[in-house]
Amino acid sequence: MPLKREPNLKDPDGLYAAILDAHADLSESESVALNARLVLLLANHIGEEAIVREALALARQSIDEAARS
Amino acid sequence: MTDVRSISFQYRRSADYERRQPQPHPILIVGAGPVGLVVALDLAAKGHRSIVIDKKTNLAAGSRAICWAKRTLEIMDRLGLGEVLTRKGVTWQTGKVFFATRRVFEFDLLPESAHRRPAFVNLQQYYFEHFCIEAAARTGLVDLRWQEEVVDLQPTSDGMLIQIRTPDGDYRLVADWVIAADGARSTIRRHLGLGFEGRVFDDQFLICDIKMRMERPAERWFWFDPPFNRGRSALLHKQADDVWRLDFQLGATADRDEEIKPDNVARRVRAMLGADIAFGFEWISLYRFQSRRLQRFRHGRVLFAGDAAHQMSPFGARGGNSGIQDADNLAWKLDLVLRRLAPESLLDSYDSERIAAAEENLLNTTRSTDFIAPKGAISRAFRDGVLALAETEPLARRLVNSGRLSVAASYAGSPLNGPDDFAAGECPLTRPGAAAVDAPVADAWLLEALGDGFVGVCFGRERAAAADLGRADRRLSAGAIPIKILMVSDEIACHRYGAERSPAYYLFRPDQHVAARWRTLDAAALAGAVERASGRNARPST
Repeated sequence: MPLKREPNLKDPDGLYAAILDAHADLSESESVALNARLVLLLANHIGEEAIVREALALARQSIDEAARS
Repeated sequence: MTDVRSISFQYRRSADYERRQPQPHPILIVGAGPVGLVVALDLAAKGHRSIVIDKKTNLAAGSRAICWAKRTLEIMDRLGLGEVLTRKGVTWQTGKVFFATRRVFEFDLLPESAHRRPAFVNLQQYYFEHFCIEAAARTGLVDLRWQEEVVDLQPTSDGMLIQIRTPDGDYRLVADWVIAADGARSTIRRHLGLGFEGRVFDDQFLICDIKMRMERPAERWFWFDPPFNRGRSALLHKQADDVWRLDFQLGATADRDEEIKPDNVARRVRAMLGADIAFGFEWISLYRFQSRRLQRFRHGRVLFAGDAAHQMSPFGARGGNSGIQDADNLAWKLDLVLRRLAPESLLDSYDSERIAAAEENLLNTTRSTDFIAPKGAISRAFRDGVLALAETEPLARRLVNSGRLSVAASYAGSPLNGPDDFAAGECPLTRPGAAAVDAPVADAWLLEALGDGFVGVCFGRERAAAADLGRADRRLSAGAIPIKILMVSDEIACHRYGAERSPAYYLFRPDQHVAARWRTLDAAALAGAVERASGRNARPST
C-alpha cells in the first residue's frame, strides 16, 4: 500500500491545531525533541517501513525543492 | 596460575635462517594474535604445518578484546578450547541500559536454553592468546617464531618470497600461502600498497581495566548521559580475575595527556562506582576508532583476516569475533586446496563470504556509533527521544542501540550454497549459509557430533525417515571428499531444524555452516551439494 496522498482526516483543522497546541510554550529545541518523539511513535504505529520511507522522501523532496527555488 | 603476561617469548634462530637459499613452506601466518593463532590451530587440526611469526616479546598487558561470542566459543570447541575459555572467563547474557539515572532497557542475548555455550564469555585477550599458544605447541605442527617481522614480500610464480627480520638479522623463505593476520596496522597490507580507507570517528574513548572485589552480577551495563559522565556514555564489563573493564566516552576535544593520568582516571572510576571503593589499575588506554575494510581480502596467494582486513568500532564486540569467523571460514578452504581436493578458486569464496560479513559488521557498528555518539543536534534529539520513551514504551526499546552484539554471520548469498527446498520463510535460522544452530543430541551436542568435515544429517523423529540416507551408508563421498552421515531424532534438534512433522536433510560444511537442505533427498543430490560447496562445480559467473 503506497503512502496516502489524498486527504484522510475527519477534522483536519482540529488536528492541525492540536499539533500546534502540543508545541505551545516549548523552546525551539524542545519542539525539535517533541517532533522526534512524534516521528518515532507514528512510524512504529504505521509499521510498514515502505510507507514511512516514502513519507521521508516526500518530506525531504519538499525541503530540497524549497531550497532550490 | 602465574600471570601469563610475564611469560616472555624467546627468539630462536630457525633452520630457515641458516640456509642460503630460501626454503619452501606451505603456509606462513603473519601475526600471532587470536586470528592468526586460530588459523594455525585449525590448519593443524587438519594436519597442516604452518609457520607463525610475530614481533612481540610477550602478551599485551591490556585486556584488549574481551567479549567472546557464542559462535567464537563454538569454533573454539571445534579446536578443543571452548571449555577452557568458558571456564576461565565470565559468562553473561544480560545487558542493561541506563539513561541519566534511570534503567530504561534490558536485553537477554540468549533467552533459549539447551545450547552448549552461552551468549558471551568475557575473557582478556591475553588469556585467549595464551591458551591458543599452548594448544599450538601441543599440535607439533605450528612453528611459532617470536621477535620476527616481515620486511618485504614479493610474488613468485606460485607463492610469495618473504624477507623476515630477526634480532640476528634477515632471512628469506618461500610460502605457498601467506595469511596476513597482523592487525589494524598490518605491515603486509602496507607492503602490498593496498588502500584501507573509511570513516574516522572523532570521539575519543578512555578504556581502563581495574582490579577490585565487587559483588555485582556479570552483566553488560551501558550508560547514556550518566551523572558521572554528563552528555556522554560509559560501559562496564566484568572479566576474569576480578578485573573490570570501564569505558568512558570523552568527546572529540578531550586532552589526551591529561585524561590518561592515573589520578584523573581514578576520579572517573570513583564517580562511577563509588568514592569508597578499593581498586588497582591494570591498564589505561585512550582510543579513537575507524570503520574501514580492504576492497578484497584475497590478493593472489595472500589472504587477509581479522583487523588487517577490516576495522570497526568496538560497540557490539564484532572486531575479535568476526576475525575468528574469518579464520573459521578460511582454514577448511585452504585445507581442501592444499590437499588438491578443491580448486584455488574456492578461496575466492573466502573473499565474497567474509566481505559480506564485514559489510554487515561495519553497518551494525556504524549505526551503534551514530546512536552512542550522535553527530549533531537532530541526531541527539532522536537518540534522546528513543531513550526517554524507552522507559515506559516497549516500541522504543527495540531502537535503543548500545551495540548490536556479535552473532554468527550467515552467508545467505554465497555461491557455495546448494539447494533449499523448504517452503518460503520456513525455518529461516537454518537456511543455507547459516551457521549450525546447536542442540542437545543423545549424550552430546550437535556441533560436537558434526566435527569439522562435510556432514549429511537426517533430522527426523521416525526411523523410516532415515531410509534414503541409510541406504547410502557411511561411505558416501563426493569424489575424494568423504561425507559423514548422522541421524538425529532428538526433539529439540528436530524442532530447531524444522523436522517436527516431516524429516529434513541438511548438508553442513566443515565450518559447520549449512550448505544445503532438502525435504527429500538422495545420495547424488548430497554429493552434488558437496561438489558445489567445495567450489568444484561453481556456477558459471554471468
